[in-house]
Amino acid sequence: MSQERTPLVKCLVWDLDNTLWQGTLLEDDEVRLAQAVRTVISTLDERGILQSVASKNDHDHAWRRLEELGVAEYFVHPMIGWSAKSGSIRAIADALSFAHGTIAFVDDQPTERAEVSYHLPEVRCYSADQVMTLLELPEFSPEVVTVDARRRRQMYQAGLRRVAERETFEGPDEEFLRSLELEMRIGRATAAELTRVEELTLRTSQMNATGVHYSDATLRELLDSPDHEVLVTTMSDRFGPHGAVGVLLLRTDAGVWRLRLLATSCRVVSFGAGTAILNWLSDQAARAGVHLVADFRRTSRNRMMEIAYRFAGFEEEDCACLAAIAPEDDITTLHLLPGRTDPPTTMRLTAPDLSGR
Amino acid sequence: MMADHAEVTERTVVAELLTFLEERTKSAVTEDQDLFATGAVSSMFAMQLVVHLEEAYDVTIVGGDLKQVNFRTVRAMAELVLRLREAQGVTGGA
Repeated sequence: MSQERTPLVKCLVWDLDNTLWQGTLLEDDEVRLAQAVRTVISTLDERGILQSVASKNDHDHAWRRLEELGVAEYFVHPMIGWSAKSGSIRAIADALSFAHGTIAFVDDQPTERAEVSYHLPEVRCYSADQVMTLLELPEFSPEVVTVDARRRRQMYQAGLRRVAERETFEGPDEEFLRSLELEMRIGRATAAELTRVEELTLRTSQMNATGVHYSDATLRELLDSPDHEVLVTTMSDRFGPHGAVGVLLLRTDAGVWRLRLLATSCRVVSFGAGTAILNWLSDQAARAGVHLVADFRRTSRNRMMEIAYRFAGFEEEDCACLAAIAPEDDITTLHLLPGRTDPPTTMRLTAPDLSGR
Repeated sequence: MMADHAEVTERTVVAELLTFLEERTKSAVTEDQDLFATGAVSSMFAMQLVVHLEEAYDVTIVGGDLKQVNFRTVRAMAELVLRLREAQGVTGGA
């Protein structure tokens, strides 16, 4: 398990005037972007930290300037207008499905930072003087930078296009999901994939059922363990790849499989990824003739995962198979007598056969 | 949302849920229709259903009450809401 450390920032929201660029756009059309700031933007992007904008300006004017400066493409869901910055940041967090505690805001005006802190106390605020030091701070320095991290911005931008399409889609949810041509692939993790997995368990507080983080080293050991399965889920659709979106750690004993970790990315929650994984696992366990148990520790953020378990049929109930499982502090053991389930109707699923274990 | 002082009965809950679901799913829903038969309902949608019932009817839905059978049809959800309001002593209008 990794130690508690400063939580990573997942999205940095920039003010523009006298923060991102030097000058005030309303007074000076030729506001300048320092090379050093440009480097901060591109480096954060490479580290997989998303960036957005909360600026009080005329939208079209400011966006045109960002394009002229060659940095517009870096910003996801920019909020440029005349509303309060706390409202802009809340809208960005909602659009990305990020908790406020994972958002940072940089602005040269103390009043704006105070307004944001008042309404959104979890958002971390930085002054414009700190821009040059951001790259050194631990909250902007992920330990591992994966192939997915470098593509994260494009994945979120594709995600926002999906949302826009969904809003204009006239028809039932299921038809919309089918129109995405979703593909899910569940596979045994390789050593190379483990870094993607570690990052996923660190980033995915909302859909991490146990709330326990597994380090790269711990998972690497379990890769070679004959009584564990480490599985990674990737997804894609016609808009492009979602990358690694789920991780599953399973202890396979005779008669019972124990789900130690199931974490899925909040990016794919609305596509039913968690439910699809649980249904597949239930089917595999039914074929293997074993019971399923799942570790669950309730946190303030993982209620959706509890609902996914409960809807899949997991319950707190007594069963002889639980005798071998030592109770752990504040972890609830949910039990399922698995049944055969049909493959999902909304995605194409490719997965290994575990039932011969 | 209903008027403040409206009495909450199975009939009013069913009517409100049908409207809610038709807006959400953009398709016609009946009170005994199995909402999960196709397996297409996402965990996000399940969460929205739970949160909607809790907020609209002032109840808390936890543990074993979260099982899917309680949410399978509009009628099942209405029964759950009324049972929980009774058990949790909620008397006001929704």
